[in-house]
Amino acid sequence: MGGYIQAAIQIIEPSPDAYQEIQEALILAEPGDIIRLTAGTFMLEDSLSLDVDQVQIEGEGMNQTILDFTAQKSGAQGISVTSDNVTLQDFSVQNAKGDAIKVKGVTNIKFLRVKTEWTNGPDPENGAYGLYPVESTNVLIDGCVAIGASDAGIYVGQSKNIIVRNSRAEFNVAGIEIENSYYADVHDNLATNNTGGILVFDLPGLPQQGGHHVRVYNNRSVGNNTDNFAPEGNIVGEVPRGTGIIIQANSDVEIFGNVIGDNDTVNIAVVTYGSETDDKTYYPHPKSIQIHGNKFGPTGYNPDTSKGDLAEILFDLSGGDMPDIFWDGLLPMTQLVFGQPEGERLMLSNNGDATVLAINPIGYMLPYFFEPAILDIREFEGTIRPLAPVMLDENF
Amino acid sequence: MRIFKAPALLVLLLIFGSHIQSAVKTDLLLLNIFPVYLSEFGFFENMQNQLPSSEVHPYFLTSPLFSDQTDKLRFVFVPDGQKLEYRKDQVFVFPVGSTLIKTFAYLNTNGAMDQQLLETRLLINTDDGWQAISYVWNKEQTDARRAIAGATIPTSFNDSSGEIVDVRYRAPNQNQCKECHQVNKVMTPIGPKPRNMNQSIQYESGAMNQLLYWAAQGWIESTLDASTMHDYKDVSASLDGRARAYLDINCGHCHIPGGSADTTGLYLNFTEQNKEKLGVYKKPVAAGRASGNLKYSIVPGHPERSIMIYRMDSLDPGIMMPESGRALADESGIKLITEWINKL
Repeated sequence: MGGYIQAAIQIIEPSPDAYQEIQEALILAEPGDIIRLTAGTFMLEDSLSLDVDQVQIEGEGMNQTILDFTAQKSGAQGISVTSDNVTLQDFSVQNAKGDAIKVKGVTNIKFLRVKTEWTNGPDPENGAYGLYPVESTNVLIDGCVAIGASDAGIYVGQSKNIIVRNSRAEFNVAGIEIENSYYADVHDNLATNNTGGILVFDLPGLPQQGGHHVRVYNNRSVGNNTDNFAPEGNIVGEVPRGTGIIIQANSDVEIFGNVIGDNDTVNIAVVTYGSETDDKTYYPHPKSIQIHGNKFGPTGYNPDTSKGDLAEILFDLSGGDMPDIFWDGLLPMTQLVFGQPEGERLMLSNNGDATVLAINPIGYMLPYFFEPAILDIREFEGTIRPLAPVMLDENF
Repeated sequence: MRIFKAPALLVLLLIFGSHIQSAVKTDLLLLNIFPVYLSEFGFFENMQNQLPSSEVHPYFLTSPLFSDQTDKLRFVFVPDGQKLEYRKDQVFVFPVGSTLIKTFAYLNTNGAMDQQLLETRLLINTDDGWQAISYVWNKEQTDARRAIAGATIPTSFNDSSGEIVDVRYRAPNQNQCKECHQVNKVMTPIGPKPRNMNQSIQYESGAMNQLLYWAAQGWIESTLDASTMHDYKDVSASLDGRARAYLDINCGHCHIPGGSADTTGLYLNFTEQNKEKLGVYKKPVAAGRASGNLKYSIVPGHPERSIMIYRMDSLDPGIMMPESGRALADESGIKLITEWINKL
C-alpha cells in the first residue's frame, strides 16, 4: 500500500440523533474522508460546520438527501465551511434560518449538484443567500439549483477565480450575484423568475473591492419578473422587478452569447454605485464593459418604478419606449468633460436589433442645450478585446 | 494533528499515573490529549465546588461576554517556571501547556434554585496552537464529559431579581469555538488582555491586583503598560467607554480585521476609530432579513432605526447577534448600547 491513504467513508442515515452524528463526523474527519448522507430527510435544529481540509460531504441526490432546517434553533447558517479543498455534492439544504451554505476564507471549494431552497416561495422572511462562498479562492459551482433566497440564490463575494456554470437560480431577489470579486466565469446558467437575473456588483467599505474581470456568457436570463421581496437596507432591495443583468461599479466585464428577454423592466443595466461613501479607495463607476453577440427578447413593457431610481429615470427618458441596454452615463467629472480613455468605453457590438439608452449627464442637467440621452447603439461600436477564461484546477 | 488518538503508552500512564492527587496532568496538555472526563486533568481539588488545585489560579475579566446570564468561573494554569509574553493591546502570549479553564454555571445566588454547573470550556495551548474543547457537566454534578459536537442543555435559572427564566443553553462544538476564537485562521484566547485584567480580585491570600498577582507568580513583569478598559456595568464610567468595552468583548472578536465577521466591513474592536467601520451610517452587506428593513447599522440618535439594536434584541438564529453563544437577549447590554446610540 506504501503511502496510500485510504479514504474513510462514514455513512449517516436520517435519525433523531443525526445532528450529533453528522457534527461529530465533521469534527473528527481526517483529510481525504467522505461523509455520506443517505437519501431521506434530516431534520436539524442547529447549524452544521466543517473545518477539516479535504473532506467531501455528499448526499444521494439533490432531491433525495434533504437537510431540513425548518425547525432550526441556533446557528446563522445551515452549513458553514471554513476549510480548504472541500467538495459538497448531491444534497439539498432547505429552509435555513439564515444563509443556506456559507463557505468563508477557503482555497478550493466545489459545489456540485447542490440545491438550496426556501420551500415557501419568495418571502422576505427567507434567508439571504443560498450558495454563499466568500473571501475564497478557486470556487466551482456546477449543476446547482438555488430557489427562494431573499438576497441572492448563488452569491460569490470577495473571492478570486470563480466558475459558476450549468446551474439554475429561480425565485430569488438576485439569481446569481458576483460581488467584489476577481476573475469569474458565469456561463451556461439559467436565471429565471428572479427579481434580477445576474448581478455583477462592487461595494465600498469591504476588505476586498475593485471587482473586475468577469465573463458572463451563454446564459439564459429570462422572465425575471418576481416582485422584489428583499428586506430594506440590502443593496439588492433597489433592484427593480424585471431586470436581466446588472453591472455595477466593476471593470473588465464581458457579457456575450446570452439570451436575455421577457424581463419587465430592462434586459441589461450598466450603472454606478449610487450611495454616498467615505471610502476613498473605492471606484464607483463601471468601466471597460463589453456587451456583444447576445440575443435579446422583449423587455421594458411593464417597468417596475417602485424600486430604486433606475426604472423611473429610464421610463422618463425613454418616454416609455424602454431599451434593451441602459447605461447611466455617470463618470468622473474630468471624463464627462474631456471624454473617457478609449479602453474604458462601454462597448456594444453585434447584439442584433438591440436598443440602447445611455444618459448624457451634461445633457441631462442642461436639457435645453444638449441631448439628455444617447439612443444610437452605433455610438458604442468597437473592436471587442476578449477577456481570458478563468483557469481552475477542478481535481484538487 | 489528531485528537483523541492516545498512544497506548499514554493510556497506561493515565490509568497507573492517576494516584498522584490534585496535580495538573501536564503531559495531557502537552501531548494534546483530551480525556473523556474533565476530572482527569487534575485542575480541581474539588470538582463540584470548583476549588482549583494549587497550581491553578482564578481570574476575572473587567468586562465579560454575555452568555445567557451564566456565572463564569475562570481559572488559568501556566506550567511551572514559564513566562507569558506581553503585547500592547493584545492577549498575553501564553507558553505551551498553558490552559484557560472556564466553567459556565447558574449559581442562582438570587433565588431558591440549586446551583447548576453547565459546562467547562478549556483552551489549551498545545504545540499545534490553542485547542478548544467543552466538557458538559453530568446531572449529579460530579464530573463533566467531553462534548465534541457540543450539547443542548434545556434548563432554568433565577435571574438577578429572582425570577425563573427558561433557556435552551447550548454548549458549543469545537468549530463554534473557532468562530469566535480565530483571527486570520489562528486560534487565540479573547479575554485575558492586560486592559481587561487590570483590577483587584479576592484571592485565597487576600485582595490583589491581578496583574501584580501574575507578576508575583513570575509570569509577567510588574511594570508593563496596561491601560484599563471600563467595566461596562460601571455606571460611573463614561458612556462611550462603557459602550466600546461592551462592543469589544461581545462583538470585537469576530468584527475585527481577520475575524469571522470581517466580510461585513463592520469592525467593533476596541481600537477601531473609523466611524463608518464602527457602523455609523454603514449599510448592511450580507444581512438579508437581519436588516429588519433598516438601512444602517447605527443611526446616531435613533437606536430604533439601528440594525445593531435590532440584532442584539432578536432571538431568531437568522437575525441575532452574536450569532452563537446566546439563546437569550442581554437586556442590560441592549440598554447600554441604546443609550450610547441615542447620545452619538
